[in-house]
Amino acid sequence: MADVLEAAVRLIVIFAAFLTLPLLVGQLEHKVMAHMQARVGPMYAGGFHGWAQLVADGVKFAQKEDVVPDAADRTIYRLAPALALIPYFVALVAIPVGPGLVGQDLEAGVFFVLAVMGVGVIGTLMAGWASANKYSLLGAVRQVSQLMAYELPFVLAAASVAMAAGSLGFAEIVDAWEPWWLVWQLPAAIVFFVAGLAELNRPPFDMPVADAEIIFGPYTEYTGLRFALFLLAEYVGIVLLCFLTAVLFLGGWHGPFSDSWVWTLAKAGALSFVVVWLRVSYPRLRADQLQKLAWQLLIPVALLQLLLTGVVMVAW
Amino acid sequence: MSRSSGRGSGLFKGLGITLSTMTRRSITQQYPDVKPELPPRSRGVIALLEENCTSCMLCARECPDWCIYIDSHKEVIPAPEEGGRERSRNVLDRFAIDFSLCMYCGICIDVCPFDALFWSPEFEYAEFDIRNMTHEKDRLGQWMHTVPAPPALDAHAAESKELQAVRKKAESPPVAPPTTDGTSE
Repeated sequence: MADVLEAAVRLIVIFAAFLTLPLLVGQLEHKVMAHMQARVGPMYAGGFHGWAQLVADGVKFAQKEDVVPDAADRTIYRLAPALALIPYFVALVAIPVGPGLVGQDLEAGVFFVLAVMGVGVIGTLMAGWASANKYSLLGAVRQVSQLMAYELPFVLAAASVAMAAGSLGFAEIVDAWEPWWLVWQLPAAIVFFVAGLAELNRPPFDMPVADAEIIFGPYTEYTGLRFALFLLAEYVGIVLLCFLTAVLFLGGWHGPFSDSWVWTLAKAGALSFVVVWLRVSYPRLRADQLQKLAWQLLIPVALLQLLLTGVVMVAW
Repeated sequence: MSRSSGRGSGLFKGLGITLSTMTRRSITQQYPDVKPELPPRSRGVIALLEENCTSCMLCARECPDWCIYIDSHKEVIPAPEEGGRERSRNVLDRFAIDFSLCMYCGICIDVCPFDALFWSPEFEYAEFDIRNMTHEKDRLGQWMHTVPAPPALDAHAAESKELQAVRKKAESPPVAPPTTDGTSE
């Protein structure tokens, strides 16, 4: 009975984080992007500097009509947002924030999270296919080709740090982590972060939803709450990527003065700022540039990093 | 970008620009909450001083897009004394400017010989229907109080003709009072 209760409490806490952290990142994006463009961003909702803007957006989305196109494959069309969102929630369960502060400590946590994150793209593909809209389909195909290219460096970079720690568990990796890994695993960290951004369709890798070319890609036909779920999935993805990078490459809860979950949150927060910063600074990559970046730069770098990690491990 | 700065340096330059922009104050004007600081003599709307208008129609005829509507009638003023001549004057019935046509060139204001039209800095007169953009003389008159005072003359400039005339009148000895009741002014 106590086990069930404890599991329930953990799940509720994670669910709360799952609903609030993406909103924080979204608000951060609103404000940071605005100020980087010499604007002020939302100022009205909630009174103080528009802090409730995303709540207001959510209310607006909930009020909208849920339209399903006539020619759409109704079941799949309706199912797609859930399939895009739920994998991220499942992945969040395995991410540790502090020592012992984790939904479920898995022995092969890295493997589990990377595998589950890859499922999310099926939701997008389903959305694009079922919408009966050529732009949606084009976007979905772009999304899948992008995932094919970036999943490999993503996994290779994670494999490097797992090899260095000699474990696939997050807690073990963080325990084995030492500050000089920041230099040793730097190429892997960069490859991991960039490939993660590309998997999440974040600008400058947002070609699948390029609004100037294909409206909003796979999400073109979606309205109301289902559309909001797709947006939520994107921001949960950012939260997840930032936590993953912080835990795998930046030492998680290790920090000056004392080890604490605060450090994990701070590192993830700083990384989400970087996500927004990159979005504001760079224009969208073309299809061929995307593929070139993945196959000609990220994968070789990830492989070399793997080699370097192996050599250091054997020689140590 | 020059080639000498090396490949990929633009990536960092871009990041630097966005970051430095973020640290500076944003240029947004919070308009409805904070009124804009318009320069003096901003040209917002055209105000009418009805008392000065003689219905001479010069403004309406000079207007490039014919957005000024003037109706008037003549009124006969009886002769002030026996055997005198009757005089007639124009009475303004309607003076309206259609601000959906007006292009704010200000020619009407320049051309008015009697100083009846003025630029006012007031600009908040948007309407939901384009037909409501035609403002009649009472509305145009309400904007008169927003018209700024004319710019001061230079320190050693000659006095204006009007002031000279008034001063002359005040300083000269009073003439004999009028014998009849003043029906004319």
